[in-house]
Amino acid sequence: MENDLLLNIKDLRVNFDVFGGTLKVLDGVNFTVSSGEKVGLVGETGCGKTTTMKAVLRVLPMPPARITGGEILFKGRDILQMTSRELGQVRGEGMAMVFQDPTAALNPVFTIGEQMDAAVKYSAAGDKRLSGKEIRKRAVEALKEVALPDPERLLKNYPFQLSGGMRQRVCIAMAVAGDRELIIADEPGTSLDVSIQDQILRLLRGLTDKLNTSIVLITHTLGVVRELADRVYVMYAGNMVEVAPTKELFSRALHPYTVGLMAAVPKLTGGGIANGIPGRIPDYLNPPVGCRFHPRCDQAMEVCRLEKPRFYRVSEDHDVACFLHAGEETGR
Amino acid sequence: MTIDLLTVTDLKKHFIIGQKGILDREPIRVKAVDGISFAVREGETFGLVGESGSGKSTVAYTVVGMYQPTEGDIAFRGQSMYGRGRKRRSDLRKEIQIVFQDPGSSLNPRRTIKDIVGFPLRLYGSNEDLQTRILELLQMVELPADYMHKYPQMLGGGEKQMVAIARALATNPSFMILDEPTSALDVSIQAKIINLLLRLQREFRLSYLFITHDLSLMRNVASRVAIMYLGRICEIADAAEFFRNPYHPYTQMLLSSIPVVSDEEEQLKPKKITSRGEIPSPVNVPSGCSFHPRCPRSKDICSREDPALVEVEPGHTVSCHQSSQG
Amino acid sequence: MVSAKALVSAQRREDLQRSWYKFSRNRLSIVGLSTVLLVTFLAVFAPLVAPYPEHASAFVDFANASRSPCPTYPFGTDVVGRDIMSRIFFGFRFSLVMGVVVLSLVVPPGVILGLVAGYYQGTWLDTVIMRTTDIFLAVPPLVLALAICSVLTPNLFNAMIAVSLMWWPWYCRLVYGLASTLRSEFFVVSAELLGASKFHILFREILANCVSPIFTKISLDMGWVILIGASLSFVGLGAQPPTPDLGTMVADGSKYLPDQWWIAVFPALAIVLVVLGFNLLGDGLRDMLGAEEV
Repeated sequence: MENDLLLNIKDLRVNFDVFGGTLKVLDGVNFTVSSGEKVGLVGETGCGKTTTMKAVLRVLPMPPARITGGEILFKGRDILQMTSRELGQVRGEGMAMVFQDPTAALNPVFTIGEQMDAAVKYSAAGDKRLSGKEIRKRAVEALKEVALPDPERLLKNYPFQLSGGMRQRVCIAMAVAGDRELIIADEPGTSLDVSIQDQILRLLRGLTDKLNTSIVLITHTLGVVRELADRVYVMYAGNMVEVAPTKELFSRALHPYTVGLMAAVPKLTGGGIANGIPGRIPDYLNPPVGCRFHPRCDQAMEVCRLEKPRFYRVSEDHDVACFLHAGEETGR
Repeated sequence: MTIDLLTVTDLKKHFIIGQKGILDREPIRVKAVDGISFAVREGETFGLVGESGSGKSTVAYTVVGMYQPTEGDIAFRGQSMYGRGRKRRSDLRKEIQIVFQDPGSSLNPRRTIKDIVGFPLRLYGSNEDLQTRILELLQMVELPADYMHKYPQMLGGGEKQMVAIARALATNPSFMILDEPTSALDVSIQAKIINLLLRLQREFRLSYLFITHDLSLMRNVASRVAIMYLGRICEIADAAEFFRNPYHPYTQMLLSSIPVVSDEEEQLKPKKITSRGEIPSPVNVPSGCSFHPRCPRSKDICSREDPALVEVEPGHTVSCHQSSQG
Repeated sequence: MVSAKALVSAQRREDLQRSWYKFSRNRLSIVGLSTVLLVTFLAVFAPLVAPYPEHASAFVDFANASRSPCPTYPFGTDVVGRDIMSRIFFGFRFSLVMGVVVLSLVVPPGVILGLVAGYYQGTWLDTVIMRTTDIFLAVPPLVLALAICSVLTPNLFNAMIAVSLMWWPWYCRLVYGLASTLRSEFFVVSAELLGASKFHILFREILANCVSPIFTKISLDMGWVILIGASLSFVGLGAQPPTPDLGTMVADGSKYLPDQWWIAVFPALAIVLVVLGFNLLGDGLRDMLGAEEV
């Protein structure tokens, strides 16, 4: 079963060495993505979601970051142990990242065509020694997939000639152009308007369904994962605190942090907003002992201050890292 | 009787960003705001919603005095904000304050919180009891006293916004403009800031012009809402009515595409209207009704004539040739 | 309860510690700092630490002329018998004075003009200031310095004037770029909306945010100014003999290469040391004062 997983992050631990000591950011992160699955990763600023994804892509700045434990298995092989050559292959063939800010992700001095060519060349498709024509063809196909009008002409344009929404589509096209199996999308559409973001999200869903690509959707907006993801992880202070199929999470959130988050989202039904979650995210220099959320939790028990909860499986595919629900654990 | 604190009449703000042609030298005009009117009552929160290019921030900046209107007038407590020579009245500096969108750049990174909050106090008051009054302001926004000696970089995004709010309150304003105050913040911090703002409003009987692109947020904050597109207002109504009964296709389109977190909210959304195409830039405003190229109900008249604001229900006006209940 | 005063001083201490941490992460910055401190020490206390302080002025001892480096004269002596090492220590004085004086003359006007031009970007004020800057920058720097020096009597003081005149535009340009960007930051707008005086906006809001690049540049410039000064002396337009200016010493010594190499080489190495020290210090300052990390 485990071998079917496309991406399997096991007990990942990452520290950062800074002035004043060591930030113990990721404290045993567990995260899985199956083939063709759409997984959401929800967490607020500073929870470590970007660090996790950077670790997967191995683009963490190595000083000051240090990976102190765990494995990241991509198709069964540990990325952390790979040589840079093997890594280049994995990155090119297996994974692609769509960044938050499409303007920053595209090089302003190269045309779209040149950048698409590079995306195809360094990918799985590129391994087969495609001719320039072939590469061009694939680029045009990818642009068509993302519903960009007049792709042949677009190839000659520079990024500044495109709108934000179009640039984001180009980034997605670059990600799918190379037949990659996993796309990591970091806050796609956040910097865009709601109507355009809606288009982008539906595009992503359609694409991943059609091409059977897996996608990890990182965001701090709950509403976005509800539309797009099959399964959602909730992350807090360097740990995954809850994971469940989307429907289940939104109807039966269990972890106090998830519950607090859901309550804090403004609802279209009106009635005011609940008062958020008291306190601040922990200081990673001296993170709380035991459950990292306990200082802000109004249901914290004695054990929460001493021990760190593991994932307890409370129902089909629904895990919660919380002692409150440890008793509900169904057969493993 | 609640009075109209702020009255905007037919406001236009155009920017000239260059020149077309070599011989004719026709100026290229960006019609950021192109004729809008609305009023904010005392103690109320008036919401301005729109996407990029809608002109909502330009409205904010003009009301607060960063820009001079190209045409039209803005009146405060019944009196025009502009005196002789179109110069803005200086007493308004105290009365009308603004909280900007990006907390990172609205506080000087080289000054302490004490200096930042104390500066308006010093400008408009005496130097006596400065320390006490700064502490009072910090208390009002629920920030601990020892934050006085910190620098903005040591604060989180939400805390920076709280400092910005404290600074705005320092001159005892009656009207505050909140330009996307929580867009850059996480949802749990947003909740804290919004509830703080609502509490301050009740305590000090403040009036707010609240600008955001987040419709769900607007639902919980504003008493009246106006939606803008390319410099014009498409629809204005009381909040409940606006969300329950939108008439304009743009409003319906936006409402139908917002991401929500529950099924009940899903039920409240109007039927899904997919937006077509990209948002045009305010340099090239389409003819007639500026929304017509993207509008699913667009007819011939829409590309020719600019629709007028028509009252479709009491207190609910729409600017559309094809408006109908969603 | 901790008093406010205690909190403030604790905060200051932490800020200093953090600054030092950022500075010291690069070993070379420490080398730079040490070098600059050493040179400053030698310059200030030259009369006390130099083995033969009297050799710094008019002095002859033909008996010991042109001695190669040995224990009595670690860097050897020149053609009239003066100890090179002592003269180098005194030479550091002139170098440092050159750097300090020039930069003191150059930085305030350059910065102020840059602030004004940047804040009023697009107006006539901007045009006048920046075009004047362009004119000064259009002339090749050394040529300008040489021209001025040849018109006035060659001495150290006039050399400093010459270098100043060609140096100020760089600070104007630097601050112009910074100020024109900063003026649209929301915290500046906020101050304007409150009705703050222009003085406050220019100096308390904008300038405060330009300080880091300015100080970094000052440190790097010290090296350059000293080098230019030495070049002027080398061609005879700066300090005149018997002043123990490093550039003059190299000029004098170059006649005796390669046999009595020590007469030119040691002063040249001294110049390299000073310039390198300031450069490395400048790099460290840039790390220390640079953008705050989260």
